Amino acid sequence: MRPNIHVKDRVAIVGAGMTLFRRRLLETPRELAWEAARQALDEAGITIKDVDCVVIGTAPDAFDGLHYNGEYLSIAAGKPTVRVYVGGGTGVFVPIAAWWHAASGHCNTVLAIAEEKMSPAHPHPQYVFAYIWDPILERPLGPNLIWIFAMEMRRYMYKCGAGKEDIALVSVKNKRNALDHPAAQAAANITVEDVLNSELLVWPVNRLDISPVSDGAVALVLAREREARRMTDSPVWVEGVGFTLDNTHWYNRELAYPRYVQYAARMAYKMAGIERPWKEIDVAEPYDPFDYKELHHIEGLMLARPCEAWKLLKEGYFDRDGELPTSPSGGLLGVGNPIAAAGLMKVAEIFWQLRYQAGKRQVKKPVHKGVAQAWGDLMQAGTVIVLGN
Amino acid sequence: MSAREPRPRTPLPGRYLSGREMYSLPGLVRDEPRVRYQFSAGQAQSRFLEGLKQGKILGVRCPKCGRVYVPPRAYCEYCHVPTRDWVELPGTGVVHTAVVSYIATDRRRMEKPEIVGVIRLDAPGYREDSYEFAGLFHRLCGITPEQVMDGSAIGLRVKPRWRPPEERTGSINDIECFEPVEG
Repeated sequence: MRPNIHVKDRVAIVGAGMTLFRRRLLETPRELAWEAARQALDEAGITIKDVDCVVIGTAPDAFDGLHYNGEYLSIAAGKPTVRVYVGGGTGVFVPIAAWWHAASGHCNTVLAIAEEKMSPAHPHPQYVFAYIWDPILERPLGPNLIWIFAMEMRRYMYKCGAGKEDIALVSVKNKRNALDHPAAQAAANITVEDVLNSELLVWPVNRLDISPVSDGAVALVLAREREARRMTDSPVWVEGVGFTLDNTHWYNRELAYPRYVQYAARMAYKMAGIERPWKEIDVAEPYDPFDYKELHHIEGLMLARPCEAWKLLKEGYFDRDGELPTSPSGGLLGVGNPIAAAGLMKVAEIFWQLRYQAGKRQVKKPVHKGVAQAWGDLMQAGTVIVLGN
Repeated sequence: MSAREPRPRTPLPGRYLSGREMYSLPGLVRDEPRVRYQFSAGQAQSRFLEGLKQGKILGVRCPKCGRVYVPPRAYCEYCHVPTRDWVELPGTGVVHTAVVSYIATDRRRMEKPEIVGVIRLDAPGYREDSYEFAGLFHRLCGITPEQVMDGSAIGLRVKPRWRPPEERTGSINDIECFEPVEG
C-alpha cells in the first residue's frame, strides 16, 4: 500500500525514560515529569538546550487536584509547550502530537512527557471518574467507572463465547511479564484461580482483572531525521499515527467490538504502508487497563479476527516467546496504570524492543515493526502509533 | 542491527510512600472543594426528559440518514444537519449487556448488589444487529444475578417500569428500571 501523506521529514524516537510506577510517590507531578524527562534526554545524549518544543500529556486535572495541569507541568521555561488530552488515550496521543510538531518541520527536537499522579484524590481516585459520566442521563443512576468495563466485558464474553477464566489469562501473562520491568508496581506470578478468587467488584470484573491506581511519569525524545541520525545510529522511526473520537453515547453501540480503535489503526497502518497488520506487526502493546481490554484491542488493531484473540491467547500466541508478543512490558496490569504515563510507557516499550534494549523483556523473535495503542473516555477515543527500526 | 549497548540503568527515580507515611508528610495539605453544579439539559434532551415525565420514550430522526436517536441529539453527528421529526417509541427492547455491581460510585461496597445494563430499544431506522442502535443505560429489575452470569439475561425482552406520575420529575430516574416483558 502506498503511504497516503507527504511529510516534510521523517521523525524518530531517540530516547526514552521513566520513573517508578507506584500507588503513592513522594514526588510532585512536576518532579516526576522532570525525572522522566531527564532520563530520556540522557538516553538521547542531549540536554534541554537542544529541545525545541515540548508536548505534555496528563489525564483529568481532578486526579492531581490542580487545574491547568499542562501549564503547571511547564518543565522547560520559555519553550513552546502544548498539552494534549484524550482521556486514557492521552499517553499514545502525546507522541502523535510530538510527531506532527517535528514532521511539519516546525521543531527539530521534541520532548514528549506524560505524567499522572492519582494518589491525591480521596477517599479513592475512583470517585473522580464520576465526572466523566453524562450529568443528565447517567450520573443520576449512581454509576462507577467499573460498571462500563464490566458491561463491555460481559458483552464480549457473550458475543465471543469467552469465559472469565479465558480472559483472566491476560492478567496472568501481563503480571508475569512485568516481573522483568524495573518500574513495575503490580508484577506477580499468579494463576487464573487467583484472579477468579480476588475481590468481586462488578460481576464479571474481579480485583485482579483490573490494573492498579498509580503515580508515575514517562518521557520520550523525538527528532527529525537529520538530528536523529546525529544523535544515534539506531533511531526508531515513527511510521504511522492514527487517532479517532467516536461520540459519548457508548450505549448506542455494539460493545463487543471497538470500532474507534479500528478506525485509528487503519489510519496509522495506511500511513505506515501496512496492509496485513496480523502478519507485518512483530510486537504489540495494546492498552490493557482491564484484562479483556487487551483482547478487545488486539481485535480492534486487526492483529486477530474479531472474537479470536482469546483463543490465540490460550495457545501462547501472545506470550513473550510467542508468534505475536503483546504487552511484553507487563502492560498496565503489571507495570501499573498512571493513566497518561501508562500509555506512553507502552510506546517506550516498543521503542526499547525495536532497539533490542529491553533486556530480559526482549521478545524472542526478530522485530522490525511494532504498534502501541491506547483507548480513552466513554469507549470512544482510539490512539495508535506504529514504529519501525 | 547496530544498537548500542544499553547504558547501565541507575535505579529508577521515585520514592514510594506507604499510606501511613503519606499522611504524616510535613506540610500535607487537605482540600475539599465546595462547588455546586447545575446543568441544563439542552435543546434535545430537555424535550426527552419532558417525555419521560409523561411516561414516553421519545427519539428524534435525522432527516438525511434516517437514524433515530435515543437519547435525542439536536443534530445528526454523521450528517451535521439539525434533527427534526420526533417519534414516540414503544419503550420495549432487549438487554444488550448486563452486570452485577457490588460497589458504589466511590468504590464502597454496596449492601445489596445492583443489576445494571444497556437496553437496545425497539426503534425504526436500524437493521437488526446493526453496530449502532437506539438505546439506554439503566437499572434492570426482575432479573437475577444468576441470569446475568449464565448469559440468559442478555437478549431478554424488557420494558420500562415507570414511577407513578406524581413522583416523576423529568429525570432519567422517572423510569425506575427496565423489567422483563411477561409471557
